[in-house]
Formats: sequence, C-alpha cells, structure tokens
Amino acid sequence: MKRILSALTLGAGLGAAVLTGTAAPAAAESLKVGFLATLSGPPAVLGQHMRDGFLLAVKQANGRLGGIETEVIVVDDELKPDGAITKVQGLLERDKVDIMAGVVFSNVMMAVYKPIIQSETIFIGANAGPSPIAGRGCSPYFFSTSYQNDQNHEVMGRYASQKGYDKVVVMAPNYQAGKDAVAGFKRHYSGTVAQEIYTKLGQLDFSAELARIADEQPDALFTFMPGGMGVNLVKQYSQAGLKDVIPFLSTFTVDETTLPATKDMAVGLYSGAEWASDIDNEANARFVRAFEAEYGYPPSLYAAQGYDAARLIDGAVSMAGGVQDKKSLLSALAAAPFESVRGDFRFNNNQFPIQDFYLVEAVKRAEGKYVTQLVEKVFDDVGDAYSGSCHMK
Amino acid sequence: MSVTLLAVQTLNGLQLGILLFLIAAGLTLVFGVMDFINLAHGVQYMLGAYLAVACYQLTGSFWLAVILALAAALICGLLLEFLVFRHLYNRDHLDQVLATFGVILFLNEAVKVLWGGAPLSLPVPELLDGSIQLMANFAYPVFRIALIVTGLAVAVLLYVLVTKTRIGMLVRAGATNPDMVAALGINIRRLFMLVFGFGAMLAGFAGIMAAPILSVEPGMGDNLLILAFVVIVIGGIGSIRGAFLAALIIGLVDTLGRSFATDIARVLLPPAAANDVGPAIASMLIYILMAGVLFFRPSGLFPVRSA
Repeated sequence: MKRILSALTLGAGLGAAVLTGTAAPAAAESLKVGFLATLSGPPAVLGQHMRDGFLLAVKQANGRLGGIETEVIVVDDELKPDGAITKVQGLLERDKVDIMAGVVFSNVMMAVYKPIIQSETIFIGANAGPSPIAGRGCSPYFFSTSYQNDQNHEVMGRYASQKGYDKVVVMAPNYQAGKDAVAGFKRHYSGTVAQEIYTKLGQLDFSAELARIADEQPDALFTFMPGGMGVNLVKQYSQAGLKDVIPFLSTFTVDETTLPATKDMAVGLYSGAEWASDIDNEANARFVRAFEAEYGYPPSLYAAQGYDAARLIDGAVSMAGGVQDKKSLLSALAAAPFESVRGDFRFNNNQFPIQDFYLVEAVKRAEGKYVTQLVEKVFDDVGDAYSGSCHMK
Repeated sequence: MSVTLLAVQTLNGLQLGILLFLIAAGLTLVFGVMDFINLAHGVQYMLGAYLAVACYQLTGSFWLAVILALAAALICGLLLEFLVFRHLYNRDHLDQVLATFGVILFLNEAVKVLWGGAPLSLPVPELLDGSIQLMANFAYPVFRIALIVTGLAVAVLLYVLVTKTRIGMLVRAGATNPDMVAALGINIRRLFMLVFGFGAMLAGFAGIMAAPILSVEPGMGDNLLILAFVVIVIGGIGSIRGAFLAALIIGLVDTLGRSFATDIARVLLPPAAANDVGPAIASMLIYILMAGVLFFRPSGLFPVRSA
C-alpha cells in the first residue's frame, strides 16, 4: 500500500556526488515529508485532491521545498484509524520523516495526532480539524492549513440568519461529524430548526427524507452530506423539483470532488467554504491554472489546502534556513510566511488559521467544467470557537 | 403527518423495494439453484452501472447504452463464471465466500483504476425526464415510476420463465437433484452457466436502472448487497416469489421507518432524545424484522421445497 513518490530531481546526481566524495556540505541536508491521506475506498477522491495539491507545490518548487531536496512519502491510511497508527509509526521511526502532513478524516486524525506530536514531529494538517486538537489538546507541533471542522457549518448558519430564513430543516448523517455539523450550524443561526433529520451513514436513496422536507415547506434546507451520499442527495433534490423551491445550503456536499457527477443538477446550490476557484489573488490564479494543466481537472478546497500545506513548509523552511533547528522552524511556521491561495491567512493561538469564509455557489464555466465560485463573504478574519481553551505548553 | 405524505412515502417504499428486488432476484436464483454464495453480486450491480455510463459516453444515447451495457454485463458475468466461479461449485461455502470476496476487492479497485475514484452519473433519458406534481412543492420523477413498472415487468417475466417454460423446469429440477438431471442427458454445467449469466445480467440491469438516480462510484454495490441478502433470507432462499414480496416489505418498512420513526419517538420522548432514538430505531428495523422472521420461519417466508 505504500507508495514512494520521490520528488528528488537531483537524487541520482546527488548519490553520484556522495560516492565520489565531492558533495558540498549544504547539499547533504534533505527534507523528508510523510504525507498521510485516504487514497482507497469511496472517499479516495478527497485524498487524491489533497495529495495532488501538495505535490503540485513541491513540483513548482522544483522538488526543493525551502531550497532543500525534498522527498515526499505518500501513504494511504485506507480510512482505518488503527492501521494508520502503524503506518505513521513506520514513517516516524523507520523513514525518520522531518514533517508529517495531510490527513483527510477526523477519526484518522484523532488516532495519529498523539503519536506524531509526542514524537515532537512537526505536523501540518491539511483537512481534518476536530475540536479536541483545536481546543484543549492543541500542540505547538501541529499547524492546520484548513479549518476547525465546525467553521464551514457556522458559515451556513450565519448566512441563513442574514438571509432571514426563519424556518429551516437540517439533515445530516447519523454519526459524530453529522451531529457536529448541526451543532455548528445552530451556533450562528437565530431562526427555528423545524426538523432535524438524521440519515443512516452511507444512505443512497433520500426520497423519503425529501418528501418530508417538501411537506414541511421550510425557508431553506441545511445539509452536510459528504461524498457519494451528497451526490445522490443533489441528484434526487433536483429530480424532485425542490432545487428551485427550497434553497439548498450545504457543507462538504457540493464541491469540485462531487461536481463531475452532479453537473447541472448542482448548479446554483450553495456551500460554505474558505476557498473557491475564483478568489481574486495572484497565488490562487497561478494555483488553479497550474493544477488544471497538471492534472486535467479543476481543484477543490481539499487541493487548495494540500497546496497551502506544502507552500507553508516551503516558506517556513527557507525562513528558518533548514530543518535542523526545530525551534526556529516552529516559529517560522507560526509566522505563516507564504502567500495563501485564499488571500488573508495567519495563525491563531491554537495554530489553526484566522481567515475569511465565503458562501460559494456551483457554476458551469464557459468551457464546460463545473467549479465553485464566490457569492459573498460571510465571515471576515475569523478564528474558531475552540481557540479560547487552547493553552500551549 | 398528512395522508398525502403517507401516500408519497408508500410510493417511495415500493420503489426502493423494486430496486432491491432487481438485485435480489439474481442473487436468490444463483444461491437457491446452484447453492453458490456469490458475494460478488453487489459488484456486478456496480459493473452494470459503470458499463451504462461508459456506453452512454460512447454512444450518447441512454437506450443504446442500456442495451450495450446489458450485453456487456452478461459477458462479464459469463467471463467471471468461466474464470472463477465454476471452479468453486463443488467447494464449501467458506471457499466461495472467500473467493467472491476477493472478486469484490478486485473489481472495486479495477473500476477505480479505469474510471477514477470520483462518483460518476448517468443522465435521465429525455423521454422519462419529467415529473408528476404529487404534493404542494414536491414532484415525483417519472423515471422512478418507470423503475417501478420495469421492476414489475421483470418480476412477471421471471415468474413465467421459471414456472412455465422448459428451461425454467430444468432449472428447478437442477436445483432439487442435479445428478438426476445430468443423468437424463442435460448438460448441467451449461445450465448453471446460463443461470449465472442471467443472474449477473439482472444485477447489471439493476445497476443500469439505479445509475440515473444514485451516484455511480466504487463500492456502490456493497451496501445493497447486504440488503439483498436480508431480502433473500426473509423471502426464502431460491424463491423468486419470496424475493419479490420480501423486497417490497423491506422497502416499505425501511422507508416508512425512516420517515416516521422520529415523529413516533417524539410522542414518547423529549425532542432531543427522540432525535437520537428515532434514526437509530429506523436503521435497525429491517434487521429486527429479519431476526423475527428467522425466529418464527427459519427457512424464510416462502421456503423452496427441496428433496
């Protein structure tokens, strides 16, 4: 299952140099990054986006993050927390990686977080942001280039309030992340939640739930339906004729990982995100252009987070002048010395980003590809709700 | 809880039941007639959906895609039979489970390599793209009604095929006493191959019909496989009639449970607890039902008489 993607462009040359004993001392330093992502099973597409974003940034740096020869070891966690621990231990002890990065799902994050930070290895989270590690369990070794899990849901709650939607129905899968989504939504929502519908995880057919929603006639629907569930829901929502009747506010449901399947049926549906393909800054334009040229599909927020993770490492390593002095590397990372593709970006006290959040909408671009684009900014320079309980040791 | 909502939910339940029947019919035939546990039935369903998408991309016509995908599903089924399954008929069930589970892993990974991990979709054909207004702002897609009609037609076809034709008679005879049928000069191997191919085609057909409603993705058959096993266990292994009725029962119980369990729980419990208990009960209902059926009728509701 382990695939070594060597980003060494000069690897062979370097080896030859060492053999002949003429290597310059500076070139001896190298950077090893362990990248953990879910790359098999149905949710593999999320991990694929994140990995591709990360590797794109490494490639753009000519295989040298911060000017140091970089080797990225990509490992598939298979969405199995206990298996992931073993694999991470292999990366830490056998491969002796300098930096860990990645992780798509929160359950995997909760499993590998402790072993990584206890080994005092720098860890850049590129997606999962469960509340314990943003709050009491925060660590000086952990940085996130994504968000705390609740935040995108909070965006939709805030937006629904601003829009004056008095009555909404919320729907989420019946597991912890689903419950968290509903709690996050309610945090900034001032109207009434008429019904809370919890569906079975992995449910395929939503016709019964859609009939209930239509019967309730709410001002809007808020839903969190990741992966294939979301594809099914969006298709069926559109086929039931609800798309034009009840606004569809969602999180992690409508994005570039699902749009290839839902296409026109998702156009006009809303989502909450910290990134969209048309955020207007130079770094983002370059990222989107290069990503599509390299991989042939439009990037999602997962890809953007992966890209930013590598760019953060790049900026911090060159600022600290290498990876040997961990202390100066940590303080360099905390300064976030890179141009984020989402514009404003700095680290909070819990080392999660302080950033803007947007309402985004699925659109069809002129050349026929489906992407998410900005509608309006909902939060400006905001941190998460748990940073207050983080006390760095 | 209005009467219209109840009616709509009943219709939804029927439709889910029909989809389950399309999958379970092939499974029960293969399991009942050949005494062969085919866990790979779910991936054959997935294969049908993927083939339909591929054929659609090739031809641009839904109808042509259905025909081509059906033929391709049949060929894939026969190929699997030839390569893997025929070597397992005389082995015990554990070997069959292991080997067919391997086929699941292999094919799930194969479609990912071929088509990528992202979900795909098949557009609804124009002819069936409309919808019927059933409630104030709720339209019922015509395609789902077409699915119900098709499922009923398949049920009738299967019934006629199994009970009224010579081939059906041979299949039933082969199920009861294969040695005797072989002794009478019937090529039992070829018969089994035929049954298996037909079962694979049915699974593929279910996948094709589901593709416009559900997302086409690796592993899409795995959840439904479990439901299909529940259906054939409740219905009685090997019984088409049992599979049909059990599928409808499961579809209705599951859908009505999902729609009303929380409301019913609310009558008895405070809202917060009801939100926890309702969905939990709803997702357990069909398994409770299965346990009940197994307790009172261990060989299912419509057991097949065997020698």
